[in-house]
Amino acid sequence: MADLSVNFAGIHSPNPFWVASAPPANTAYQCHRAFEAGWGGLVWKTIGDPIVNVSSRYSSLDIAGNRMVGFNNIELISDRSIETNFKEIKECKKRWPNRALIASLMTDTKENWHEMLARALDSGADGVELNFGCPHGMCERGMGSAVGQNPDVMETIVGWVMEATQLPVIVKLTPNVTDVTRPARAAKKAGANAISLINTINSITQVNLDTMCPEPYVAGRSTHGGYCGPAVKPIALNMVQSCAIDPEVGLPISGIGGISNWKDAAEFIALGSTNVQVCTAIMHYGFRIVEDMIDGLNDFLDSKGMKSVNDLRGLAVQSVQKWETLDLHYQRIAKIDYDKCIGCNLCYIACEDGAHQAIALVSPNGQGLGPGRLPGKAIPQIKEKECVGCNLCSLVCPVEQCITMVDVPNDQNPLSWKEYQTRLASGKMKAIPAHD
Amino acid sequence: MQVKTKRSKQEVAEAMGEIEPCYRKQEAKVEADRCLYCFDAPCIMACPTGIDIPGFIKKIATGNLIGSARVILESNILGASCARVCPTQVLCEGACVMLDRDEKPIKIGRLQRYATDALWEKGVNPFPKKVKPNGKKVALVGSGPASLGCAAELARLGYATTVFEKDAEPGGLNRYGIAYYKMPPAVAQQEVKWVKDLGVEFRTNTEIGKDVPMEKLLADYDAVFLGMGLGRTHRLGIPGEDKAGVVEALEFIRWIHTKPLHEVPVGERVAVLGCGNTAIDAVTQAKRLGAKEAVIIYRRGEGDMTAYPYEYELAKKDGCNFLFHTAPVEILGEKQVTGIRLIRKQVGADGKATNVAGSEFTEPFDMVIMALGQEKQASLWQKLLPKLKFDSAGRLECNPATGQTSMPKVFAGGDAVSGGREVVNAVAEGKKAAHGMHALLCGKPVNGPIQASRLGHRDGAKGSGFLRPVRVPELEAAYKKERNAKSHG
Repeated sequence: MADLSVNFAGIHSPNPFWVASAPPANTAYQCHRAFEAGWGGLVWKTIGDPIVNVSSRYSSLDIAGNRMVGFNNIELISDRSIETNFKEIKECKKRWPNRALIASLMTDTKENWHEMLARALDSGADGVELNFGCPHGMCERGMGSAVGQNPDVMETIVGWVMEATQLPVIVKLTPNVTDVTRPARAAKKAGANAISLINTINSITQVNLDTMCPEPYVAGRSTHGGYCGPAVKPIALNMVQSCAIDPEVGLPISGIGGISNWKDAAEFIALGSTNVQVCTAIMHYGFRIVEDMIDGLNDFLDSKGMKSVNDLRGLAVQSVQKWETLDLHYQRIAKIDYDKCIGCNLCYIACEDGAHQAIALVSPNGQGLGPGRLPGKAIPQIKEKECVGCNLCSLVCPVEQCITMVDVPNDQNPLSWKEYQTRLASGKMKAIPAHD
Repeated sequence: MQVKTKRSKQEVAEAMGEIEPCYRKQEAKVEADRCLYCFDAPCIMACPTGIDIPGFIKKIATGNLIGSARVILESNILGASCARVCPTQVLCEGACVMLDRDEKPIKIGRLQRYATDALWEKGVNPFPKKVKPNGKKVALVGSGPASLGCAAELARLGYATTVFEKDAEPGGLNRYGIAYYKMPPAVAQQEVKWVKDLGVEFRTNTEIGKDVPMEKLLADYDAVFLGMGLGRTHRLGIPGEDKAGVVEALEFIRWIHTKPLHEVPVGERVAVLGCGNTAIDAVTQAKRLGAKEAVIIYRRGEGDMTAYPYEYELAKKDGCNFLFHTAPVEILGEKQVTGIRLIRKQVGADGKATNVAGSEFTEPFDMVIMALGQEKQASLWQKLLPKLKFDSAGRLECNPATGQTSMPKVFAGGDAVSGGREVVNAVAEGKKAAHGMHALLCGKPVNGPIQASRLGHRDGAKGSGFLRPVRVPELEAAYKKERNAKSHG
């Protein structure tokens, strides 16, 4: 059994799985249930001056029968009083001393920030998370993502916080920026202990074509909601890695965005996260999902011979580099395993209409009846000379391991675009001819 | 017929209710989403009418139900019937690539029903675009699936089309001869309405050769399509076949489609002679209408039955019994049937079933249903059209690709040509004849409709079962042979 415990910016938790600051982290009742289920930590739903919510708050993107592939919300921060929230945090921390319990905060003036930090300290919270990410409602009042999108303002506010507390401070970043490393650097500069990302993405999930009003529908109107769930994972991974590889950021990262299982979590950790936070998957299935997360990550670490989850951290960070460093001489090609092929010919039409016209439909002669089991039914065949190795066919193929991409060895030395430009300029090589 | 059902109106209605309900919206969505949307899909190749199956399923998945139904009806105007009565296991669903992925095939039949039911429910005309008449006229004899398939195709090609039907209502076997629990008559009636919406004229209660002379059709129309089907049920030639209580299977099924269900006469102990799909339809319906005992009597064994295995399963589930290796010798009774004298049969090494000496026995029955296949009507039609050629089995001879008979302006399709196949085959043959007529009268070939993405494709339109239907049991056998050869080699 691998050791799953992590130390995130001085905050200890028995495993890297935290409940994110969101509806599942709204009350002591939920907190108890989460910790009973096994969650290593919980970031309380953002505390601030109590707000008033609208009734209809969530909407989703469903794809081909899969519910909530993407999810959005227009709910604001906690609608409970500051006193109630901190009272419940205190109670939860007392009952669960070994779990990480973080107070997420959002307020405006320096005085108010200092007041909130004092209350957080009093509650026994293990740290605070500053919500500079919320992209709806609060930003219209100059808080949430309005701060996160302005590195200078953020730096000032983080400065107020750092001068008033000894608790570990996590700055939660908004993805609604062109370059996430800029606010991340601002957090670092202001002395923050860690960053967490991503918060939700500005979104409209769907338009009701009868009412001509997007969801969530609120009395004839809607608003831009915060988008999350499995569909945002690639965006979150990209931003996490960007921060992890940036030497000017250099802060522990709490990875957030579409994490639903141990595999997702492992990917975030491999790209530099110390721990991960989860919301949508809990809103979909409940706290019980952590059981498989713990179990699955453990088995994965064992299978890789890793003694601790910390051994996994950052292992994939350096493999993501600028495009200009990639080897132009590397070649791969598609290979079809006819014993697995079911004859759907999706690879053919995808390549023909959507890519590089490198698959032919040919007679199944010599393949027996061939895939699809119909006599004479044409089968796909890779035109090896035309195949650029783009991967598309292997992505559309509905059968696992039926189309694989295989390396084509060649005797050329690796050549990056960067080197190519240099050698071209110095006349050491001729230009690579353009494709037909 | 003295025998009467013992069941109440409600009991009978429940027992005869559709065995498979229409999908609910979400069921249809889930199933439609499973479809991979194959290119050159095998299911299309296995459909005799060449419906663009992935095309219509994709439209169900997106909620475009009218568009989906239109895709179906463009290829097969009886798509609603076929959705219910097609042996999908050996056609489209039997060819589904999911089977190669060790998954259940897409429920194509049920999805097809969902889309066509939606169209029906909405009362939308699927083909609102008026076709410009081309000035040619075609007469069709009989209004069963072959004629309807032909008429719909002709109407969409601009022909003035008239269907002559001797019965009171159009539809043929589709209207009067399908097991009620598979398809109530309203479906066949709706399909006729779709054909009428295309501008096809129907003249019912009009028998060719009696009410209208054949010569008049030949003189008044540019071409004639013969889709009159087959005749009465074969006789066994044993004593007692004329007794009260002996009824032809198709006649029995016709009662079910013309009388209130609870008034359909049925015996307490019913014998069904025969072992094909119609025999199964008869025995299960007799049982569902209230027969205490309904028995299939067949001279050979279980494995020799011509009924599809799932039809056999259905009959067993309904509580029907089977007397295999048994044949009737005489139907007993004074005026009314009281029983059958039977004899045991054995199948010899030569494959012939012979009597087992001294094995005769008697079983009491008060109703006997003959389900021994229908007679060819060669002599009747030869009288009306002396130049028409028939094969030795009494089937109308015609070019399978065009439906053209030995008389250039006379085309044919359906059971009169095939000797008795599925609804979907009859529709396909009708369509082929329509294309054949179009080539003859207007000199134009007809391509498609076919999988939409195939149109304009540089490899041309191919892979449709309409052009080259594939029977799945045959390919299964070939596939097994290939595999075995591979593993042994």
